[in-house]
Amino acid sequence: MTGLELEALSVQNGAAPPLVSLTARIAPAEVLTIMGASGSGKSVLLAALTGTLPPGFHAGGRIVLNGVDVTRLPTRSRRIGLLFQDDVLFPHLSVGGNLGFGLPARVPDRAARIDAALTEAGLPGFADRDPATLSGGQRARVALLRTLLADPQALLLDEPFSRLDADLRVQIRGLVLDRARARGLPVILVTHDPEDARAAGGRVLSPMGQPIDV
Amino acid sequence: MAISRRVFGALVGLMLAGQAVAEDWQAVTDAARGQTVFWHAWGGDPRINDFIAAVGAKAQARYGVTLEHVKLAATADAVARVLAEREAGRTSGGAVDLIWINGENFAAMKAQGLLHGPFATDLPNWPLVDVAGKPATVTDFTLPTEGFESPWAMAQLVFEYDSARLTAPPADLAGLKAFMLANPGRFTYPQPPDYLGVTFLKQVLYGVMADPGLLQAPVDDAVYLAATPPLWAFLDEIHPALWRQARAFPANEPALGQLFADAEIDIAFAFNPGRASAEIAAGTLPDTVRTFVLAGGTIGNASFVAIPFNAAHRAGAMVVANLLLDPAVQARAQDPAVLGFQTVLDVAALPAEAKARFDALALGVATLAPADLGPALLEPHASWVTRVADDWVRRYGLAP
Amino acid sequence: MTATGGLLRQVPRLTMGLLAVPVLAGTAGTLLPAFGVAGLVPGGPGLTAFHALWDWPGLAGAVWLSLVTGVASTVLALAISLGLVASLIGRRGFAGVQRLLSPLLSVPHAAAALGLAFLIAPSGWIARALSPWATGWTQPPDLLILNDPGGLALTFGLVAKETPFLLLMILAALPQTDAARRLTVAASLGYGRLAGFALTVLPALYAQVRLPVYAVLAYAMTSVEMALILGPSLPPSLSVQVTRWAMEPSLTGRGTAAAGALVQLALVAGVLGVWRAAETVVVRALRRAAASGRRGAGLDRIGQPVALACGLVPALALCAGLAGLAVWSVAGLWPFPDALPAGITWQTWTRAAPGLAQAAGTTLGLAVVSTAVALALVLAWLEAEHRFGPDSQTGAMWLLYLPLIVPQVAFLPGLQMLALSSGAAVGWGAVAAAHLIFVLPYVFLSLAAPYRAWDGRIAVLGAALGAGQGRVFWQLRLPMMLAPVLTAVAVGVAVSVGQYLPTLLIGGGRVETLTTEAVALSSGGNRRVIGAYALMQMALPACGFGLALALPRLIFANRRGVGAG
Repeated sequence: MTGLELEALSVQNGAAPPLVSLTARIAPAEVLTIMGASGSGKSVLLAALTGTLPPGFHAGGRIVLNGVDVTRLPTRSRRIGLLFQDDVLFPHLSVGGNLGFGLPARVPDRAARIDAALTEAGLPGFADRDPATLSGGQRARVALLRTLLADPQALLLDEPFSRLDADLRVQIRGLVLDRARARGLPVILVTHDPEDARAAGGRVLSPMGQPIDV
Repeated sequence: MAISRRVFGALVGLMLAGQAVAEDWQAVTDAARGQTVFWHAWGGDPRINDFIAAVGAKAQARYGVTLEHVKLAATADAVARVLAEREAGRTSGGAVDLIWINGENFAAMKAQGLLHGPFATDLPNWPLVDVAGKPATVTDFTLPTEGFESPWAMAQLVFEYDSARLTAPPADLAGLKAFMLANPGRFTYPQPPDYLGVTFLKQVLYGVMADPGLLQAPVDDAVYLAATPPLWAFLDEIHPALWRQARAFPANEPALGQLFADAEIDIAFAFNPGRASAEIAAGTLPDTVRTFVLAGGTIGNASFVAIPFNAAHRAGAMVVANLLLDPAVQARAQDPAVLGFQTVLDVAALPAEAKARFDALALGVATLAPADLGPALLEPHASWVTRVADDWVRRYGLAP
Repeated sequence: MTATGGLLRQVPRLTMGLLAVPVLAGTAGTLLPAFGVAGLVPGGPGLTAFHALWDWPGLAGAVWLSLVTGVASTVLALAISLGLVASLIGRRGFAGVQRLLSPLLSVPHAAAALGLAFLIAPSGWIARALSPWATGWTQPPDLLILNDPGGLALTFGLVAKETPFLLLMILAALPQTDAARRLTVAASLGYGRLAGFALTVLPALYAQVRLPVYAVLAYAMTSVEMALILGPSLPPSLSVQVTRWAMEPSLTGRGTAAAGALVQLALVAGVLGVWRAAETVVVRALRRAAASGRRGAGLDRIGQPVALACGLVPALALCAGLAGLAVWSVAGLWPFPDALPAGITWQTWTRAAPGLAQAAGTTLGLAVVSTAVALALVLAWLEAEHRFGPDSQTGAMWLLYLPLIVPQVAFLPGLQMLALSSGAAVGWGAVAAAHLIFVLPYVFLSLAAPYRAWDGRIAVLGAALGAGQGRVFWQLRLPMMLAPVLTAVAVGVAVSVGQYLPTLLIGGGRVETLTTEAVALSSGGNRRVIGAYALMQMALPACGFGLALALPRLIFANRRGVGAG
């Protein structure tokens, strides 16, 4: 497990100057925080990492995850987990269905594993619930569980706490970062909130690689 | 418009009282001036549409009547329209002024009392019609027209073939059958109850029936059951050798013509002896196409125009019907470069100038001379048509 | 404020009332002759019409044909459109798909069918192109490809026409499904494109395109023009036979036609019910598949090329067929097996030009009027629904869709009777009103989903900023909805242009449109004239769709968040 390495990762739109220029190595259980004003290239960086750059953009450099070069791989093969601002839970599936969607197919005793995960996250017996009936904090927890059940090798957090109120933010942020560290996942956290950066406790860079003082 | 209607109403009353034709005709043309006549006629052939437009120009110039050609996909549309108007109580001001009609449609309208008449025999050009030599002008599918419809074109069934592909066309029905059996997939007929398809069945009936004269009387169960087995036997024999093995049929006359033009079949047939020449002149058929008839004669009939009982512009309609019988118009119709329709007039009896116009017409490279057309067999009674068509659907209506 | 509130509130009910009367009259016009009532048909009340229908040997075959071709073509069209969207979304080709749609959508059904017929017939273009060098044919082979008894040609034609329509509806609904983010989540969890789309986006998407799918299903089962040209003739589909009976000169056919139309109606209703039940089964299966975690990555390897091919082939066939008609419109002599005509002539066009110009003017006028009224009614209805909540009485929504489900030929004589008895003037206005009945459901279909899915927070914000509801509607909602509104207009124009029986029957033959002329001419089988008229028929709706695509882009060139969807 060598972690996530970004080697001269750059992204530009056509002939315009690059919006992203980054070289960094994120060790397992380490959190790299990317901060910047709106329009500074944060979302472009995320898209490059997930492999969802819009047509017209192209990325240079390499992304290596645990020794595997994933730069040219499609999104589904990169094993990089993703958390959005909104939980994007699928409304037509139950909570358990959402989690089952994330759990790999060949795992035996699916229902048991899902129940165990829910109980551990403080949501016992929620498997049959309709996601629309959950509170904001509960939905954030389910989204996290779904991402982690898929056994990713790295985590990308796209301002996942900005929609939550102050108390919840602290709680969920702690949960996410603890779980990520416990599993030894390299994490890239994109945020505009200096509090998030401080709680992450790792390096803070701009999308162009400049260190930022929080 | 409103004023002329009142005048027209009075005039009709006078006419019905039986005044002299000449005075009436002047009154009719006076009433017709300024009217717009809606002639509901099949619009599937642009050449016919152009011809009707030319007739309209003449009507405008000579009588001040505007002719609107309402293009139909089928005559039954207009019949249904008049019927619907009658059901809704509209006994005047109807949408249909003139219909191009014959056969079953005419029989249906006459039986239902949907036609105005008699008017045809009162038209000034009526004496020019060759009633004696062309009995089909007064008898429509054995039904006497009684002046309820006025003829404007003669039709006779002719067969067409490409002399470049087929050197010796069959001479009679037996020869035709032999051709079909020797050349499978190269002949077909439109699907009954289409009128041309049923015409083919009637033609076969004429050829296989012991006593074809029975066809002129209304159909009778005993007669029908005794007379038709040879027809079904004939069809049973040829169907496996037909185009698409009789699993599909062309829908109508133009579809059959298109198959012929596409070289999917070798022999086609049509009601217009001048059709092939007209198509050659228009450049849609190769100039090696010729026509032939069967020994013993082929079925012939006439095309008519009729006026519905509730027509809004009756005077104008009569003016147009009369104009269609004008020798100049008839000659124009017979011109193979225009339509190739055979005239209803007795050419020999025309005045010299009109006659010369006919004589000057080229026959068209594929048209048989009138002498070579053979006898025109009379159309059977309309009831035979329905019976045979229904039976065909019952026997062959499902693909084998 | 209260006054407008009052009138606006009544719009849904008023519109239903406006539609209900002609619709019910039309249906009565179907029911009564079927049961021998009302003196329209000889013989008294009773079941004679149904007996006559039962006696027809082709009934079973015709019903089976309608069923099979209808369901198969709808399933295929839906699968292809979904597969195309799933494969192309987010990729470079996606914008191109939208641009291709508008020309395909503006082809009238008859013209599309005629073009395809020429393409695939044994004497058609494909055979001509391949003969005699590849196939050795010097005359066309005797193969039953066109009008085949199994209905394959008909199914192909239906798929070719229905897929673009469904694609349009799907594209309009897509923005409301949060598709991009859901697909990214699914991809990050390891799912393939097709599997991810089917499991995460489809459930939300289908709810929005359900009604268009039903309309497509109903049309596929009851189409007359396409079945006439491409479908088998022994026996033909039920709708074609019903049309034949209704046009019979003997007039007894009217009763049988009405009985047949009722059977057709029952068939469509039954199939819709079964389809609805099938939806629940499919939903359950999808849910189970989602929870099972099977990634379905392997599906993409076969699924994407298949979807692309299946989408491309009908579109290419349609275009090739139309090109064929265009060539015919200028062709001189063109015997088999020549791949191209021997000579070019402009005769067809010059002959047809005067008639074309006049018919085009009438067609455009009718389309504009009927679509404008339909749009106004639909917008008012949806706005009323937005402001006052859904009106419980409009549970009779099915009345709105009845014109789409009952075969026109059985529906319209009843309407014609109404027009005649009420003394309505024969002509333009009555025809426009008749068009309205058929245009309104389609405009509603196209507009309802995007309208209802508009972000309501903007209205709240507007109100908070002091704007009245009227201002919110005109200055906020409508501009943001420009693209769906223009699309709905384009659909309405296309529907109006394609109307044949309503114009013919209600107009009494006095109103000539491009379509009435084209159908009358097509009964003459003259491919040259058909080619000319088909191209003109296409032109009007094509302009409509072109505008629908271009205008939002032009007006909102500097506003990426609006418009093109």
